[in-house]
Amino acid sequence: MTKKILRNEAFQSLFASLICIVLGVLIGYIVLLFINPTGAGEAIMEVLKNFLHYSKTNLQIKNFGNTLVKTAPLLMCSLSILFAYKVGLFNIGAAGQYCVGICASIYCAVALGLGWLPCLIIAAVCGALYGAIVGLLKSYCNVNEVISGIMLNWIALYTTNMILNTVKESTSPYTFHLNTHGEQAMLPGLGMDKIFAGNQYVTLALPLAVLTAVLIYVVLEKTKFGYELKATGYNKNAAKYCGMAEKRNIIVTLMISGAIAALGASFMYLTDYEQWSCTSSAVPAMGFNGIAAAFLGGLNPIGTIFSSYFIQHITNGGAYVDKTVYCSQISDLISAIIIYLCGFVFFIKYTMNNILDKQEEKQALKAKEAAETQEGGDK
Amino acid sequence: MENQYAIEMLHITKKFPGIIANDDVTIQLKKGEIHALLGENGAGKSTLMSVLFGLYQAEEGIIKKDGKEVQIKDPNDANALGIGMVHQHFKLVECFTVLDNIIMGVEPNKFGFLQKKEAREKVLELSEKYGLHIDPDAYIEDITVGMQQRTEILKMLYRENEILIFDEPTAVLTPQEIEELMQIMKNLAKEGKSILFISHKLNEIKAVADRCSVLRKGKYIGTVDTKDTTIEELSAMMVGHNVNLHVQKEESTPGEVILDIENMTVASKMHKNNAVKNVSLKVHRGEVVCIAGIDGNGQTEFVYGLTGLEPLVNGKITLCGEDITKAPIRKRLLSGMSHIPEDRHKHGLVLDYPLDYNCVLQRYFEPEFTDKFGFLRKANIRKYAEKLIEQYDVRSGQGPITMARSMSGGNQQKAIVAREIDKNPELLIAVQPTRGLDVGAIEYIHKQIVAQRDAGKAVLLVSLELEEVMDVSDRILVMYEGEIVGELNPKTTTEDELGLYMAGAKRDEVKA
Repeated sequence: MTKKILRNEAFQSLFASLICIVLGVLIGYIVLLFINPTGAGEAIMEVLKNFLHYSKTNLQIKNFGNTLVKTAPLLMCSLSILFAYKVGLFNIGAAGQYCVGICASIYCAVALGLGWLPCLIIAAVCGALYGAIVGLLKSYCNVNEVISGIMLNWIALYTTNMILNTVKESTSPYTFHLNTHGEQAMLPGLGMDKIFAGNQYVTLALPLAVLTAVLIYVVLEKTKFGYELKATGYNKNAAKYCGMAEKRNIIVTLMISGAIAALGASFMYLTDYEQWSCTSSAVPAMGFNGIAAAFLGGLNPIGTIFSSYFIQHITNGGAYVDKTVYCSQISDLISAIIIYLCGFVFFIKYTMNNILDKQEEKQALKAKEAAETQEGGDK
Repeated sequence: MENQYAIEMLHITKKFPGIIANDDVTIQLKKGEIHALLGENGAGKSTLMSVLFGLYQAEEGIIKKDGKEVQIKDPNDANALGIGMVHQHFKLVECFTVLDNIIMGVEPNKFGFLQKKEAREKVLELSEKYGLHIDPDAYIEDITVGMQQRTEILKMLYRENEILIFDEPTAVLTPQEIEELMQIMKNLAKEGKSILFISHKLNEIKAVADRCSVLRKGKYIGTVDTKDTTIEELSAMMVGHNVNLHVQKEESTPGEVILDIENMTVASKMHKNNAVKNVSLKVHRGEVVCIAGIDGNGQTEFVYGLTGLEPLVNGKITLCGEDITKAPIRKRLLSGMSHIPEDRHKHGLVLDYPLDYNCVLQRYFEPEFTDKFGFLRKANIRKYAEKLIEQYDVRSGQGPITMARSMSGGNQQKAIVAREIDKNPELLIAVQPTRGLDVGAIEYIHKQIVAQRDAGKAVLLVSLELEEVMDVSDRILVMYEGEIVGELNPKTTTEDELGLYMAGAKRDEVKA
C-alpha cells in the first residue's frame, strides 16, 4: 500500500520538491557557517521568515502583500517556461520576452498615455512577436531555441534601455513613476489593498496570474490543442507521422510562451512597485528564476503557483538578513543556492524510482528463492 | 607445415536474450585471400564481426591468429592484432581533411607537435602502391562517397593492418565505384592482405571472393569455393528451405486501381545518390502487393515519399483518382491512406501517452473526440480505446490508461494495426508489420492484412522477410538499389528466384 503512494506521480513531485527545499536551506546554512558562524542560524531563519520578521500583524500583512506582488510576474515567467517545455522547447528567452514586456508596458503607459488594458494587450502582443522570432528560427532554420533565446535576451535588454531612456527622470536612471506620469495605466486594485493593510501594489495582477495558471492547465490537459502540443513535445516524429503541423505548433507555442512572460512584466511594472533602471546591464532575473519555479513545481501549472510563491518568499526574505554580520549580497547568495537546488526535483524523482525499483527487484528475488527452496523441500 | 590461416574463428556461439545470434559458427580466413561472408538480414554476420572486432564477447568458441589463440576484449586488442574494419557507415570527421582523418588517433608527433609531412609521404606512398586515388588535402564533406571509402581503407593500411574487414562496402556506391573497389580489393589481396568481405550481393561475391562462408539464422551453413559454385547454389544456401506457417487465403480478385505511382524519385539522406529511382507501380482494390528487397535498397525512402514524410524529387502519386503528390500528410491520411510505420517507436506511437490517447492519434480531431470548443471528449476516447482493445485483443496492464511505453512490443504493434485498420482505409500501407514479433502476433497481423484485402481494400506491404513476402502477397515487386527490378507471382516463383532478384543477380524491365 505504501508502495503505491510512493509510486504516485503527484506524491513524488511534492516529496521531491520538499527534499530540494530542505537541502537548499541546509547547504545555505553551511555556507553561512563558513562565512561567519555567529549569525548563521539567525540569518537562515530570517530568509525563511520573510514578512514574519515584523512583530506587528499590520506590517506582516503589508509585507506579505509585497511578496505576492512579485509572485505574480514570477508565476507568469514560470508558466511561460513550463508551457514551452511541455512542447519540448526550452524557452530561456523568457527573460528577454519579459524585458520586452517591461519596455512595452512602461512606454505605452508613460509616453503614449494608454490605459491599463491596452498596455497589457500591447505588451502581450510584443512578447508574442518576440517569441515568434525564436520559433521561426527554430522551425525554418533549425536554430536551437536556447542559442537564439540567449542572444535575443541581450538585444531585448539594450533596446529596452534605449527606448525607455525617453521616459526617464532627468536626475536618475529610473523611469517615471506611474502615479505621477501614467496613473491611467495602473492596474486596478479591486479593493484588495484594504485586505493587505493598505498595500496599494496588490492588484488585479495576482488573480490574473493564478487564472493564467489554471487556464494553461486546462489547455494542456483538456483540449485538442494541448493534445497536439504535448504529442509534438513527446515525439515530434509521431506528430509529423499523424499529420500535425509540427512547425506551426513550435511557432505558436513560443508565441504563447512569449506573451505570458511579457504579461508577467506588465503585472509587475503597471503596479508602480518598481521602476526600470535605464542603465541595467543584465536582463531581470525573473525570467531565469521562472525556470527554477517551473521545475520546483514539478512542471505542473498548479504546482508552479506554490513554487513561485516559495521562491519569491525566500528572495524577499533575503532582505532581512542582518547586514552588519553579512555583506549585502548574502541574501541573494542564499536564495540563489536554494533556487539552484530547486532544479534537482527531477533528479530526486529519478533516484527515488531507482531505489524503489531495486527494492522490488530484491523482493522478487527473495520470493523466487523462497519458492525454490520450498520446491526443493517438497521433493 | 606452416599455418595457412590468418584468422580462425572456431565454434563461436553468441547469445542475446531470447535469440542465438551465432550458433557454433566457424570461419577460417586464409592469408592473402578474399573471403566472403554471406547471409540474409539477421543471419548473424554483424554479430560475428563484432565478436572478431572485440565489441562483443562470445560465450563459446575461440579465435586464433596465425594458429595461436588470442583474446580480443575490445577494439584496441583487435587493432593491436592488425585487424581493421571499414564500417558500412563511414566513421570520418566531416570537417577534417582526408589526411587528418587517416592519421587520426596515431598522429606522428615530436614533443606533441604534429609531423604531417612525414605522414603525408607515407599516405601518398600507400595510395600509389594500392591504386587508391585520394586528394589528401580535400575535406571529407566535399569528396565523393567512393573517395571517402578509399580514405577508410587507407586508414587501415596506414595502421599496417593485415586483416581487413569490409562491412557491406558496396551498399552506398555507384556501379563504377563498385568496379573500382573490386579492383582495389584484388590488389590488396595480391599484396598479402587478408580480406573478409561481408555482403548479401551474390554477383559481387562471385566476382571478387575466393571462398564464401554462408550463415543462415545464426547457423553456419558451409564454406564453398566461389569459382566452383553457381549464384543459384549460393542463393539456395543463403535462403534455405524452411517453410513456416502458411496464411490461409482465397484467390484475390483485384478491382480498380487505388494507388498509382508514376516515376517516383526520392533523395537519400545518407548519401548523394537518389534512394528511390523512377519507381512506377499500381495497387488495385482487393490485392496485396508486396515490395520485397534487402534492407537499405530504398524501401524506407519509398514509403516516406509515398506517405509525405519526405518530399519527392520527381514523380506523381494518385490515390483513389486524386493527385496527392504535394498534399500534406494530414490530407493524405484523410483521403483514405493508412500507414503502419516501419519504426513503431519513432513514428507509430507517442510512448509517453496512454494507450487510449495513442488509439486516437489519427482521429483525435474528429467531432467524436473533440467538441466544437476544442475540448477533448475524454469519455469517448476511452470508450473507443476499449472497443479497439476488445476487438483486436490488445493486451496491456491497465487497459486504456496504460502508458504505451510499458506495453510489450507485440501489443504496441497490435495497437497500431488496430488503429490503422479501424480507420477503414482504402489503401493500407504496412511496413515490416511483424518486425521483432513472436509467431502468434505475426500470424494475427497476417490474418488482419488478408482480411483487409478480402474486404476490398488495397494493401501495400513492404517486407524484408522472404516467408512473409511469399505467404501474404498476391503480387511481388522486388526493389533493388531504389529500382523495381522484377515482378513475380508468389504462386509460380520460388524463394531462390526471389533471392536472385533481391540480390541484384537477376533483373527484368518491369512496367508495373
